[in-house]
Amino acid sequence: MPHVYVVGVGMTKIGRHFDKGLVELAAEAYEKAVEDAGIEPAGIVVSNMMASSLQGQDSLGALIASSLGLRYRPALHVEAACGSGGAAVYTAYSLVASGLLPSVMVIGVEKMTDYPTAIVTEALAQAADADYEVFYGASFAALNALMMRYYMERYGVSRDEMSEWPVMMHENALKNPYAQLHKKITRRMVAESQPVADPIRLLDSSPIGDGAAAVILASGEEARKTHWGATVEVTGLGLAVDTVELSNREALDRIPALERAAEQAYQMAGVTPREIDVAEIHDAFTITAVLSIEALGLAGRGEAAKLLARGRFHPGDRPTLNPSGGLKARGHPVGATGVYQVAEITMQLRGDYPGVRVDNPRHGLASNIGGDGSTTTVVILSRRM
Amino acid sequence: MPLRPLSPAKLWRRRLQHYRLEAARCRDCGKTIYPPRPRCPYCGSRNLEKLSLLGKKGKLVTYTVEYTVPAGFREQAPLVIGIAEIEGARILASMTDVDPEELRTGMCVEPVLRRIRSTDPYGVIAYAVKLRPCLGAGHEGGEGEAGGGSKGDS
Repeated sequence: MPHVYVVGVGMTKIGRHFDKGLVELAAEAYEKAVEDAGIEPAGIVVSNMMASSLQGQDSLGALIASSLGLRYRPALHVEAACGSGGAAVYTAYSLVASGLLPSVMVIGVEKMTDYPTAIVTEALAQAADADYEVFYGASFAALNALMMRYYMERYGVSRDEMSEWPVMMHENALKNPYAQLHKKITRRMVAESQPVADPIRLLDSSPIGDGAAAVILASGEEARKTHWGATVEVTGLGLAVDTVELSNREALDRIPALERAAEQAYQMAGVTPREIDVAEIHDAFTITAVLSIEALGLAGRGEAAKLLARGRFHPGDRPTLNPSGGLKARGHPVGATGVYQVAEITMQLRGDYPGVRVDNPRHGLASNIGGDGSTTTVVILSRRM
Repeated sequence: MPLRPLSPAKLWRRRLQHYRLEAARCRDCGKTIYPPRPRCPYCGSRNLEKLSLLGKKGKLVTYTVEYTVPAGFREQAPLVIGIAEIEGARILASMTDVDPEELRTGMCVEPVLRRIRSTDPYGVIAYAVKLRPCLGAGHEGGEGEAGGGSKGDS
């Protein structure tokens, strides 16, 4: 397999950017990544979920590329709901690894705050099955709540144990300048927050926000022309899908597709879960984080929430999970999230991450999930110099 | 933003599932799947046979009481959504005739035809099977619920 490197990253702060649309958000991340790398990409892959439903805009590859001075270059749009970012990185990797293009920028961008929550909630539900889930009025939170109750009852996990995840995320995000939420919370505040879809509470849920993140992937030859050179390599990659509908899944207390994506990525990178020093995992809801930890082989079945409540995976521990604050507090501009994760892990490995930093990491992992487990991606990055 | 209208063609296309709970059983791996798909999601086989789960009882596997509901369901909030296991298939549907306080996993539930919503901007009404707690012995399938929507949208 040829070598592919992450040679530049750029992120916008996540929040309510009333003055910026899709193009302006993408441009900010693009310019930062170009400056970071010192090269312009040969092509781009845009990852986005909701432009079609919320902005009334398709043709995203062309819109964004042509707005950024990349007219006549190749540009694509990849969509896999909240897992769009990881899927776009997977696509960009293959464009570079195949030798077709020397470098490709993945730009994840999402604009969510132009409409009230009820409309955004409806658009987010498009990640689920239209005919058999959304049809009944099931929201995305409700589908995750079905998994959360099943998991808690099956493994005897308490509300208090589940509540440690959002507490840790808010704590980690305090130091992240790109994070949407800078507010300390307690387990009690989580347990007493407004119920969204029982047992999911408001503070189990990631917020709605706008944001864009970019990473430039390059071949070894192209990487030598950049500021960072061949510092951070994409060593492992996995992508696996499952049924969109929950009813035909192998299990409700696991994310089976993510287990497969992780296996592929670990095998390709030649590393084991124990060798991962830092990871950014997908925590759209508390239950998503807990099931991801187990699917990635970082905890046994039914153990993740209990371990978290006892202090595991916090800053200082290996692996440290979501030093950014995760989807819960860094924010979750859905189609951009997987790109934020890869940008953050790249900076952790380079040693220039501006938030909670992991000491001298060698291998980092990003895992991104579309829907409640239908498109899953795992990216492993390794420090080479 | 106005609600996206319901498509009569789309509702008609799903009539066997929404009205009769038609599932599929894989003759190769034995799994029962709902909704049915062109191939078995477990083993990839095309060797599937149809079966209707209407009139069968099952048990509730998990549920949620949804307080923040999508547009079009506001007057039904809070909405109870459950997953039932019936004849080996899992069915996700909203629940009816149930007090949220009575919900518990493992309880006996059965499919019953109900109105899903009548908030379409052009007046199209969606009907489908919902889940309700099993009626006591001797009351199976009683009370004329198949008429659909006799108790409104609940």
